[in-house]
Amino acid sequence: MWPQLYHRSMKHIVKIMTLLVGISALWFGLLKTSMVPSSHTLLLPIYFIMCLGCYGLLMVGVGLMRFPTCPQEALLLQQDVIEAKGYLKQRGVDVGSE
Amino acid sequence: MAERNKYSIIIPTYNERLNIALVVFLVFKHLWDVDFEIIVVDDGSPDGTQEVVKQLQQVYGEDRILLRARPKKLGLGTAYSHGLKHASGNFVVIMDADLSHHPTYLPSFIKKQLETGANIVTGTRYVKGGGVHGWNLMRKLTSRGANVLAQTLLWPGVSDLTGSFRLYRKSVLEDIISSCVSKGYVFQMEMIVRASRKGYHIEEVPISFVDRIYGSSKLGGSEIVEYLKGLAYLLVTT
Repeated sequence: MWPQLYHRSMKHIVKIMTLLVGISALWFGLLKTSMVPSSHTLLLPIYFIMCLGCYGLLMVGVGLMRFPTCPQEALLLQQDVIEAKGYLKQRGVDVGSE
Repeated sequence: MAERNKYSIIIPTYNERLNIALVVFLVFKHLWDVDFEIIVVDDGSPDGTQEVVKQLQQVYGEDRILLRARPKKLGLGTAYSHGLKHASGNFVVIMDADLSHHPTYLPSFIKKQLETGANIVTGTRYVKGGGVHGWNLMRKLTSRGANVLAQTLLWPGVSDLTGSFRLYRKSVLEDIISSCVSKGYVFQMEMIVRASRKGYHIEEVPISFVDRIYGSSKLGGSEIVEYLKGLAYLLVTT
């Protein structure tokens, strides 16, 4: 049943909603059956959101550290610009400064 | 036997008098052995961009450089549609005119597509082999934060959502562009997310992005609000 429900044509928001509903159902189930003390269970959503937030911050931080830069490309670009201007000027294209 | 492929390169311009000449030169330099045409969609630039394009046509030929101008600024999405109408290739490349997209990467787009048979090849600045230059820490932070948020919410299947250096199979671009309604860079996001939802085969190649030396684009509060609104829109409608 699940593969058919998660078909490509299903809107993304619907997928996310079914995921949230599934998790909520699990949480309600835990509350009702009291397998785990309810004081802990009630706090689970808060823990979940905190974990999500921390994961997000971690991803941002790691990504920031590993952000690829390319200073050499800027230099190569300068050379390309000089070459282009030289070629085009000879052939009657206006490459004067704007 | 490989079919003969022709690549139509659509470049929207507004006040890019100098940059368009440099871009055209570099495209011809790096695609010397490829069948292509350049379609310049100029939105009535007051700085004489169209005059420069006509000079370039004298150098490279009017069959290689097409000038399809419009009377005034009418938006990016419609610029692509306009260019598409005049494209005679079976593949379409879209890129910016300001040299932040360097034509040296065009062969890698083409090669990737030929190797994988992909419908779309999109350039990404965020993987090894690619990168940016000219961004301060704040800019990188917002970019990375925006990217993580978009990845978490949308599961788009590509690493660079707002990039606009892409190669499309022409039929695929025609299909997606008809269903996109956003403006600006949210439009670029909408295109790639819709393509991903429709199940099109998308590949990525690393590209470098050297930001404008003159007039660096500011990323203010209004841009962030626009971005969040765009994300919410895409979350609900795709």
